[in-house]
Amino acid sequence: MALILELALQGLQMVLVVAIAPLVLGITRKVRAHLLRRIGPPVLQPYRDIWKLMHKEAVLAHNASWIYRVAPYCIFAVTWVAAALIPTYATGLLFSWSADLIAIVALLGTARFALALAGMDVGTAFGGIGSSREMMIASLAEPAMLLIVFTVALVAGTTQLSAIATIFTTAPVGLRVSLGLALFALMFVGIAENARIPIDNPATHLELTMVHEAMVLEYSGRHLAMIEAAAALKLVLYFSLIACLFVPFGMATGDKTAGAIALGAAVYLAKILVLALLLPIGETSVAKMRVFRYPIFLGGAFAAAALAVFLLFVSRGF
Amino acid sequence: MAVTIGLWCVAALFAVSLLTLVRGPFGTAFVYGATLVISLMALALGLTELIGARVSTVALPLGLPILDGAHFRIDALTAFFLTVVNLGGATTSLYAIGYGRHEEAPMRVLPFYPAFLAAMNLVVLADDAFVFLLSWELMSLASWAIVLAHHRDPANMRAAYIYLVMASFGTLALLLAFGLLAGADGGYAFAAMRAAGPAPLAAGLAVILVLVGAGSKAGLVPLHVWLPLAHPAAPSHVSALLSGVMTKVGVYGFVRVVFDLIGAPTPWSGLVVLTLGGITATLGVLYALMQHDLKRLLAYHTVENIGIIFIGLGLALAFRANGMDVAAALALTAALFHVFNHSVFKSLLFFGAGAVLNATGERDMERLGGLIHRMPQTAIVFLIGCMAISALPPLNGFVSEWLTFQAILVSPQLPQWGLKLAVPAVGALLALSAALAAACFVKAFGVTFLGRPRTPAAANASEVDGFSLAAMFILAGLCVVAGVLPGFVIDALAPVAKALAGDVMPKQVGVPWMSIVPIGESRSSYNGLIILAFLICLGTLTALAIHRFATRATRRSAIWDCGFPLDAPQTQYTSSSFAMPIRRVFGTVVFGVHEVVDMPRPGETRAGHFAVRVIDPAWRFGYGPLARAVASLSLRLNHFQFLTIRQYLTLVFCGLILLLIVVAAWR
Repeated sequence: MALILELALQGLQMVLVVAIAPLVLGITRKVRAHLLRRIGPPVLQPYRDIWKLMHKEAVLAHNASWIYRVAPYCIFAVTWVAAALIPTYATGLLFSWSADLIAIVALLGTARFALALAGMDVGTAFGGIGSSREMMIASLAEPAMLLIVFTVALVAGTTQLSAIATIFTTAPVGLRVSLGLALFALMFVGIAENARIPIDNPATHLELTMVHEAMVLEYSGRHLAMIEAAAALKLVLYFSLIACLFVPFGMATGDKTAGAIALGAAVYLAKILVLALLLPIGETSVAKMRVFRYPIFLGGAFAAAALAVFLLFVSRGF
Repeated sequence: MAVTIGLWCVAALFAVSLLTLVRGPFGTAFVYGATLVISLMALALGLTELIGARVSTVALPLGLPILDGAHFRIDALTAFFLTVVNLGGATTSLYAIGYGRHEEAPMRVLPFYPAFLAAMNLVVLADDAFVFLLSWELMSLASWAIVLAHHRDPANMRAAYIYLVMASFGTLALLLAFGLLAGADGGYAFAAMRAAGPAPLAAGLAVILVLVGAGSKAGLVPLHVWLPLAHPAAPSHVSALLSGVMTKVGVYGFVRVVFDLIGAPTPWSGLVVLTLGGITATLGVLYALMQHDLKRLLAYHTVENIGIIFIGLGLALAFRANGMDVAAALALTAALFHVFNHSVFKSLLFFGAGAVLNATGERDMERLGGLIHRMPQTAIVFLIGCMAISALPPLNGFVSEWLTFQAILVSPQLPQWGLKLAVPAVGALLALSAALAAACFVKAFGVTFLGRPRTPAAANASEVDGFSLAAMFILAGLCVVAGVLPGFVIDALAPVAKALAGDVMPKQVGVPWMSIVPIGESRSSYNGLIILAFLICLGTLTALAIHRFATRATRRSAIWDCGFPLDAPQTQYTSSSFAMPIRRVFGTVVFGVHEVVDMPRPGETRAGHFAVRVIDPAWRFGYGPLARAVASLSLRLNHFQFLTIRQYLTLVFCGLILLLIVVAAWR
């Protein structure tokens, strides 16, 4: 009985992240439109888009291989697993120990690998440019991300997300310079990884500036639906990660009573909502960068995270 | 007993080699079939001894009389490396039964191949410095002969020459190291060295010398320069052995001497090894990214993986020096796990490159493309190899890197300031090289197997033979199995860790759900099996649900390409264009990358040209000046050859006086 309950709670988290993903995307788009003095599409528009795409015929190039057809499901599944392993409303769920933070970062790497290969499958210049730039951004963002992982792991003494969240909620961790730097770096990395301004423009179809959109240029129908869903899910994943690492308060850390879970879920949704409101504010206040200025942007994140790690290696007190 | 069986295997391999030499070509199938059987036997021996964790020794009445015979020994470390060497040997032999048929001059490969395998086995079995160095040199020479198999190509001649110089230099360093460890009494048996325990100064010098000697065989920067030249020059199955297995014998040499014979490490040796490992990993992968020759890319990537292994070894030394034995066991296990992993996926990738070379006659990725349609099975296994080497979960490369990261996270407890500052920097380098490796293998797989064929040779390729495919599928299967069930590998390494690090990691088999828990339950855990199961379930369920409840209608059409599709396959991204952003970001400083664009003016009809020049800093700042210095010095010393007899006599006399003065001063 207890096992079934645990399974149900884990299942609830899996369903929750997928269910809210398009909504989160819709909210960011709506807020962004308002900031630009447009009305913007309805908040629920991403659901309709995905639904419509799913029911459309998929058009494949003559020379598309099985990688092109499998990759969207693979990307979606990998992103989903990674997102479902990040604690949202409660810690210590049934499968929370099956991957730690390093493994979650690496799982995102698997999704990126599949996406970059899919971009190269048909053999167009656009797909190639997208894949090449995506891997360049990843090679800058991933070291920064792992240094953030180091920072958090050194403060908490563990790389298990559930354990980190529990420690940050219950133990007197306090305000720390290193965690502040890590938060700063994580925001930069999240912006780059989710192809947001100033790294990439999710709304663009101007060929020379796009990265993510160039890779998926050939996709249509249900395959495109999967990729769009995975992109939305990845945004939720990064929001959940920020919420779990830096504001873990309100999570059900102890017994999984109905009240604690309801509270946890409500607080989680509120945190995601706040982040979804903040992201477009940041996005509308800067301009997109040239490709070869990305190293400066991501180098900033790397430097901040590296500083945090060095401080912690010097003294646990920072 | 066990070591006798091992020696019989070695003898059998030498016998095959001699038979081939004496009786002429028996046919490739016989030679590779025989080596396959012998390697399988030695593999079984290695596995049973590793699991049984027994030690057996034997002394043969051979070799120098002062040494009291030739000593051989199987302990946990030897058993592990026997497994690695013979797993590589067996799969390579299986692959070569098919692949070797296409060899133009089989007699340039066949006699040396079994000898090469035998020498590698003998290196790990050796229990005194004489046998070790002899088999080490034999290994170098046999592989040198195979590197020269296609000797009409001047590039291969140069590669073999540089290899020979570097190999002799490495052996010289090892010889001096053993001399230091043997001491004045000449205790050249490993047992005597272990018992003696060298003085601190001699131990420190020996560590440096072994780092040079074994590191040059393994491919540590800046001693790696021969590796990307020589490994691709050999026939592909031997490239797999050179890159996947022989570099591991180099690692074995380092571990044997530094962890076992010298013992009691100092913190600074850990620092040096760690830092060199970090630099090696990053430079290796950056250089691999710049290559467009598939086999050379793989060879450079070996340098990266050696760097990762040495990071683990350096951490183990640092922990051991500070008495943190559990952490040392973790770091050493991570390094040895990566030894195993790299031997599996690098062999697999070289087999794949050989298959491509066989099917198309091309190694240059700029002339390939679209092979996934013509060689579907090779494409699958090559993809698995690419994902495994890029450290992507749930495959095996990720597990060993994850363990290394876990070891890095223990290191704030180290007391030394140098280590405190170096370890996070090396962690960042490791993360950088992991991300760059993914980029490198997206490029390798994407340009070679995806897209449209760039030449007729690529368009008309055909799938390779069954033996080659079988070997590749076995290795790909191992990549998956070791990735989802890493607990068995970690437990199998426990005796090695116990012997060399003084402690073991917690037992993994028996942890609920088959997760791995390197330090403690609350600290970190990973479960590849669950991840893989989830991925398969969720991916399949999603696909089925969409096909069932939405639509599965599919239409084939021309490429969209934003409305302007171009038929010419030259419009695709190439290998050098794929690497361009990373070349710009990292390469200009490190490699002095220089791009020359020759664009015809409008109206001109000549062809445009684009050239990239990438210089290995090891050549520019190390070997280039060194070679020039040697050349100019020898030019100046040249006139010593043309002296009169009186001048020669004066020279000899002065030399003698000088020597006597030195001896007098020494006393």
